[in-house]
Amino acid sequence: MNDKKVTYLEAIGQAIREEMLRDEAVFLLGEDVGAYGGAFKVSAGLQNEFGVDRVIDTPMSEAAIIGSAVGSALMGMRPIAEMQFIDFITCGFDQIINMASKMYWRAGMPVSMVIRGPSGGGTKGGPFHSSSPEAWFFHSPGMKVVVPSTTYDAKGMLKAAIRDNNPVLYLEHKLLYRMPELREELPTDDYIVPLGKAIVRREGEDMTILTYGAMVHQCLKAARILEEADDLEVEVLDLRSLAPLDRETIQESVKRTNKVLIVHEDTLTGGIGAELSAILAQDLFEYLDGPITRVAAPDVPFPYAPQLEAAFLPDADKILVAARELAAY
Amino acid sequence: MELERANLLQIYRFMRLTRVMEDRIRTLFLQGRIVGGVYTAQGHEATTVGAAMTLHDGDCIVPQHRDLGMHIVRGVSPRSIMCQWLARGNSPTLGRDGQMHIGDMHAGVVPMISMLGASLPVACGVALTMKMRKRSNVALASCGDGATNTGSFHEALNFASSQKLPLVFVIENNGYAYSTPTSKQFAIQNLADRALAYGMPGQSVDGNDVFAVIEAVGKAVERARNGQGPSLVECKTFRVRGHSEADKADYVPAELRAEWLAKDPIQRFADYLFRYDILTENINAKIEAEIKAIINDAVNFAEHSPAPDGATVSDYVYAPNGPIAIVGEPDADNPQYINAFDSRTGQPFSIVDKAEEAVGRR
Ligand SMILES: Cc1ncc(C[n+]2csc(CCOP(=O)(O)OP(=O)(O)O)c2C)c(N)n1
Ligand SMILES: [Mg+2]
Repeated sequence: MNDKKVTYLEAIGQAIREEMLRDEAVFLLGEDVGAYGGAFKVSAGLQNEFGVDRVIDTPMSEAAIIGSAVGSALMGMRPIAEMQFIDFITCGFDQIINMASKMYWRAGMPVSMVIRGPSGGGTKGGPFHSSSPEAWFFHSPGMKVVVPSTTYDAKGMLKAAIRDNNPVLYLEHKLLYRMPELREELPTDDYIVPLGKAIVRREGEDMTILTYGAMVHQCLKAARILEEADDLEVEVLDLRSLAPLDRETIQESVKRTNKVLIVHEDTLTGGIGAELSAILAQDLFEYLDGPITRVAAPDVPFPYAPQLEAAFLPDADKILVAARELAAY
Repeated sequence: MELERANLLQIYRFMRLTRVMEDRIRTLFLQGRIVGGVYTAQGHEATTVGAAMTLHDGDCIVPQHRDLGMHIVRGVSPRSIMCQWLARGNSPTLGRDGQMHIGDMHAGVVPMISMLGASLPVACGVALTMKMRKRSNVALASCGDGATNTGSFHEALNFASSQKLPLVFVIENNGYAYSTPTSKQFAIQNLADRALAYGMPGQSVDGNDVFAVIEAVGKAVERARNGQGPSLVECKTFRVRGHSEADKADYVPAELRAEWLAKDPIQRFADYLFRYDILTENINAKIEAEIKAIINDAVNFAEHSPAPDGATVSDYVYAPNGPIAIVGEPDADNPQYINAFDSRTGQPFSIVDKAEEAVGRR
């Protein structure tokens, strides 16, 4: 095993650390982020290195964590506000929707902040520790929303988010944190992954799958099976930035493949897939040779029991069923 | 509150049942039979059991994640608790939610969510209804030291006070919110002082002394029952285990933990009971055997209960329309009312013993 390889989780920690070294305006605040290193140990060691003034343990007060991040951003700082689980972002919702995201638009004042935290399910976390909240914020003009799926992107996109002058919601999938397959050696030089750029993870001519986050890996798995078992060449496009959305890369791909399957872990109705479908229907109507198809979680709250969670979450098997149906259309 | 011998033994039994049940839950977790997070409350038993002992029929608890003791006192059945921990299809949440996130309004238990502090405004609504309906009932809502730092906590205290609600807030100050000690959470010594700002009485008591808890909470409950409005009681205790069973809690100084372990509320109470011959070796052995049997039965029952069926995942997201009873009033259990029973299953709500019988869980 190459010990220069790092996990997705370590890449996030590296991004925070390097940005804190590079720019003293950058700081981290949240619950248990200091000596404890955060509930998932993303910030392990950072308080030791940067002190209690730049790695701040806060009370359990999400509205104050996010609100004070807004205030310090207005003062020119670059706060990174951690939600212990992204589910708790709801407790600070008002500060994001009404304070942060509208600030530049109404007052011309940039709010250079990042809100980040573990999202997503598959960990038997139940209804309050498994959510994928991207759609609420995707729907809020002024917010950027990014969802890295690889270790390289986790680091590069977090750095880009920290340097961005807008409020960025950066969603980390907790299932990817320590996934062995995602360990990789990262460039030693500083790099960023610009927000707003999608990436083709696998090329193909028969169908485009639009996806993001942990579902990228389920889609890649399904694509491999479709190649072996069905002789289908499926293109997997990792959106990774939902707002801004890379319409060009989507268009370029779909114009070649003429069929689109959209896959996300979040629930179906009003999800990211709904907007993608509308964009495709309007922009690429003549290019489509099959119905725009979505695979997403059903419209119910996230369940706890393993049997229910398995029924709820999209996975490679469910993607295969939908992809085969679409391919046969 | 006059505490008679029988009552004292009952309190002791509840405290032991709570402790032993949590020990068993921890074992199940270590055996991999509980898949999600496990939060226990060793050391909280005097607070949770003591506080709940001050309530009467028709009162309501609004408990949080370390309040197994309150559930037990209020009659929530060990079987349904175990079904919930093991995510069985016949658990109160049908396996949809985990931990102590269970409730039943007819039994006076509001189900919590993980967002700590969020239940406190809900407690206001429960108490508001009691007041509007001119009942002599009260609501008792608990939260941790950490939750007192949420906006919801402060809004709830102010709301309750300005509306003079029959509500008692019990803070279980156990020294930590996850890894964060109280000294990093707020700049006051006594959380009872928070009451002052909202114009209600506040009192801090030794949360490991069941008599002190019963006296202070009892007084607050009587005050609420008499229409004099809400109070706050801070019970000072300690989280002698990790935040969850996955947390080693090495951030807690060993001496501090040892100091509190020596103040174990159950041991203290047992010492008292033995000293006055209320508890004898004989009675004690009987209680322990009884508790063991109850828990074995509950675990056994849960393990033989069906897992939820994945095909039901999309069922019952919306309640059917129809008449809704005002809970706690005559006829509220009439099946013509949508909320008289669990309309997801067509069965009575089944977290308390009595109702369990009706669904054939006993
Ligand atoms: C609003 C909210 N933010 C964050 C969390 C994550 N979290 C779970 S328990 C906990 C600490 C709670 O401390 P306290 O209220 O003192 O209760 P205790 O666990 O000590 O009994 C935190 C931060 C949460 N559950 N709710
Ligand atoms: Mg606490």
